[in-house]
Amino acid sequence: MTQEHGQQPLIATYVKIWGLLFVLAAASYSVSYFEVQAPLRWVLLVALMLLQAGLIVSVLMHLVWERLALMYAVLVPPLLLLTLIGIGAIDGRYTVNIRNAFFGTAEATPPAAEHR
Amino acid sequence: MTQPAPTSSAASAPAPTGLNSLLADISSDQRAFKNVPWAKVMMWIFLLGDVFVFGSFLIGYMNVRIASQVPWPHTAEVFALTVAGKKIPMLLVAIMTFVLTSSCGTMSLAVGYGYQKDRRRTLQWILITALLGASFVGMQAIEWTSLIHEGVRPWSNPMGAPQFGASFFLITGFHGTHVTIGVIFLLITALKVARGDLENMRPGFMTGRKGGYEIVEILSLYWHFVDLVWVFIFAVFYLW
Repeated sequence: MTQEHGQQPLIATYVKIWGLLFVLAAASYSVSYFEVQAPLRWVLLVALMLLQAGLIVSVLMHLVWERLALMYAVLVPPLLLLTLIGIGAIDGRYTVNIRNAFFGTAEATPPAAEHR
Repeated sequence: MTQPAPTSSAASAPAPTGLNSLLADISSDQRAFKNVPWAKVMMWIFLLGDVFVFGSFLIGYMNVRIASQVPWPHTAEVFALTVAGKKIPMLLVAIMTFVLTSSCGTMSLAVGYGYQKDRRRTLQWILITALLGASFVGMQAIEWTSLIHEGVRPWSNPMGAPQFGASFFLITGFHGTHVTIGVIFLLITALKVARGDLENMRPGFMTGRKGGYEIVEILSLYWHFVDLVWVFIFAVFYLW
């Protein structure tokens, strides 16, 4: 058995994190329910999302109890996606500007009529 | 040659800590992730690939939403349910989130009891997790059906931007497929637990590898990842 004793989290820890996940999910939902407006809406949604993701990965997926080499191997590569987010956002702005320049602005086109 | 010369000082020196342990692991012979069962490493590498799959989908969704000239549908109204004459926004999606978060907790309980070698409780919590997962897929089927009846298609959408349909079916479809596969593997693992395969370290189907209760933990990595993806979909697709 490769299990090191004292390294396994207790079931009570799981239950606490589980409860916290419910609270955070409910908080995300209430941001939408009470129609919090941007930019506060985006800040709250991203913060709550990252908190939930962090709790799931670190405790429920046991990453904090893993070796540092595995933690880095798992957590560093996804940072590349930040670059892709930047490229996607810049490209999207560019596309909509080109569309507005050549096809007129959104008001001129009736929604979905051309896609029937 | 009575005393073999030490080939490395690692045996006598204290184990490196912090960043030095990272360097020592990566530069070491044969295996980088010491003491980690290889199946767990493989699951993490698979999940890392899946991170990029879902990451690309969500970034693609962001791109087409920014680039759309036609206004994006108001998701709080699209996914609203009418209960007792009152419109509640995202009710079904909220229930789905609740169910999937619950299944996350029950999976963790299965892992915890698995390491205590409590076969009956492990089996019980795995089966509850599978049931919650299956009901999530069922609710997703209801959601898809109602949206299709409203005329949403992958190429068009009566409520606004046609890219809404494409993003919705692609992203939730891929996620639903992951949940379905997870449920199938939960049932396979439940069968193994029920037969006592994990206590006797009996080799599994199609493999000579002897599986212990660590396979419950490895399966839980996949299951938690599915919930993790849902957290991102819920925030950026449904609530944004």
